[in-house]
Amino acid sequence: MSKNIKVNVEYLTRVEGHGNIVVNVKNGKLEECRLDIVESPRFFEGMLRGRSIFEAQHITSRICGICACGHTLASIQAAEDALGFIPSEQTIKLRKFLLHMENLDSHILHIYLLVAPDLLGVKSFLPLIETHNTVVRRALRMKKECNDVCDILVGRHVHPISCIVGGFTKLPREKDIDRMLNILIGLRPDMEATLELAKTFKFPQFNRETEYVGLVNDSDEYPMLSGDLGSTDGLRMIKKDYRKLTNEFVVSHSSAKHTKATRQSYAVGALARFNLNQHKLHPKAKEVALLLGMKPIVSNPYLNTVAQLIECVHSLEESIEILQGLKEIGVDYSQEIVVGLNELGTIPVKAGIGIGAVEVPRGILFHEYEIDNKGKIINANCIIPTGQNLNNIELDMAALVPQILDKSQEEITLLMEMLVRAYDPCISCSAHFLNVKFVGR
Amino acid sequence: MRKPKVAFFDFSSCEGCQLQVANFGEALLDILGLIDVVMFREAISEKSDDYDVAIIEGSITTSHDIERIKQIRATAKVLIAYGACATIGGINGMKNNFDLEDIKKYVYKDDAKYFESIPTHPLHQVVKVDYFVHGCPVYQPEFVKVLKCALAGLLYTVPDYAVCTECRFNENVCMYDKGITCMGPVTRAGCNSWCVNNGNICYGCRGMLSNPAQEGQMDILKKHNIALDWVQNKMNMYNKPRELDTEPPANNGHIG
Repeated sequence: MSKNIKVNVEYLTRVEGHGNIVVNVKNGKLEECRLDIVESPRFFEGMLRGRSIFEAQHITSRICGICACGHTLASIQAAEDALGFIPSEQTIKLRKFLLHMENLDSHILHIYLLVAPDLLGVKSFLPLIETHNTVVRRALRMKKECNDVCDILVGRHVHPISCIVGGFTKLPREKDIDRMLNILIGLRPDMEATLELAKTFKFPQFNRETEYVGLVNDSDEYPMLSGDLGSTDGLRMIKKDYRKLTNEFVVSHSSAKHTKATRQSYAVGALARFNLNQHKLHPKAKEVALLLGMKPIVSNPYLNTVAQLIECVHSLEESIEILQGLKEIGVDYSQEIVVGLNELGTIPVKAGIGIGAVEVPRGILFHEYEIDNKGKIINANCIIPTGQNLNNIELDMAALVPQILDKSQEEITLLMEMLVRAYDPCISCSAHFLNVKFVGR
Repeated sequence: MRKPKVAFFDFSSCEGCQLQVANFGEALLDILGLIDVVMFREAISEKSDDYDVAIIEGSITTSHDIERIKQIRATAKVLIAYGACATIGGINGMKNNFDLEDIKKYVYKDDAKYFESIPTHPLHQVVKVDYFVHGCPVYQPEFVKVLKCALAGLLYTVPDYAVCTECRFNENVCMYDKGITCMGPVTRAGCNSWCVNNGNICYGCRGMLSNPAQEGQMDILKKHNIALDWVQNKMNMYNKPRELDTEPPANNGHIG
């Protein structure tokens, strides 16, 4: 059957940032298939030049409101690496906790508000207020509870305040730890209800093998905040060599740069982390994986949402354990620091280059800064998870379209939108993104 | 009574202020009981060009943005600038510290030609703004206040006194007494000194006072031996686009 399809989704909805989906099939043959990134470029790397390294976190957090804590942590890691500053054990523990909360918060937003409407056959969560009121209430409650924990820990979730180079400007008091623990323990029943809901989800069947990239380590810990770079194709390198992994290049239809490693493309994110490190998940998360039938290597990109759900359980349980540990040994408040622009020379400054590689909700995030001997930024580079996924998404689209040509235009569009959404793209981050249009059928 | 139709739009931004809406929790459902959200690309797929209130996040950074915001202004009865990027240019304005071609080349090298960009503008430099919700991110309690005023057709006046006023009420130790520079003395209040309460400094994200106590500020800097160019640099983190103001926005905006 010869068939012409032109999909042109302008400004894809329920994703973070601005992107368009363009699919063009002529006489049954796929002619073009693109994910256009039409986010206005914001030039963060350029703007950082000349700023103090002690301002880098505050500025780069603003790359993205959804993963602000992730950017914060990658930025701080890069800055401390450049300065040669080694954070304390307590600081690292609190940062890991913050990263868990970021993951949990972001994954819940994605699973419930961005993905679930497609699986329940509606355009957004708004109609669900009528039809699935308890689900919507649970989603908003869980989101708020993650947010409340971040408020206590770092002042707020969107652009955290107290997490800076050197440590924390404010450390949680005993009663704060109790409050956070109460909230998180109280989240467990909602998490179970979420799993019950997820069991009813039917995801599209589509598999395409690719390379999965993320942090790896030799310990028993599911690596999020530190580790080497690794892939399911066997790549392994230290984070300093990250550019050899990402191989960034610019394409004209995207204000976000693209990447590739050993193959034509690679994927990062919850599914990549699951495929790489699922044996290191919290036992409860492993149980959930088993229950949901997730066995590595999972090559259906739609199941990234399921991997996120598994990570939610992991992050919730590990967070509770971290807090219980802190409660037991107590917090050392002498570590509270005020740095500002380092007016007081609290942190010794030297020239250097530093790299941060952190697993944030959408995948591995890199920040790199070069500073002079006064701590002024000379060069900056940020490589964003969504940017790394763009190539892979386009190849998924190209593989999927020929398999679904018998479907209606509306169905094809929806499947394409759902595919892109599954990656939980964050386009503000990668520059911004998504929209699909049909012409001439 | 018909519920007012509200549309969210985003320009150059991190979309964190829109996310603040999702962070209301179940209280969001109470708000949704009063308004009809017809457009919110980040969160819903419904689309409509028929709305009463436009809530805009982000700065104007391309010529296409100018056309788009003018169109929105022509449709909306009430336009709310939402968050620092929209009200003062915010972090996006740091771009204006550089030569535009130079910064494009730095980020995109030889491919810079693919990307169009103009100096960063807050909304009021391009269209009339009815209400301002300052902050990076917005402070939710203030957003609720502004939304109530906008729906009732009442005036909302942004505080035009320094963050220090609120900071004192919160009994924080002054950053200057710790020997650290802080933008509090020259920045509009309204955030309940959010950042200083959490042990950090004020970065000036709500914009500058219309009449800052400049002399007093200079005295503080002198007393603590703090270099002026540091402070200038800090000010330009959020407030650089103020240089493009032909006239200050009327009383920081608010007209009902």
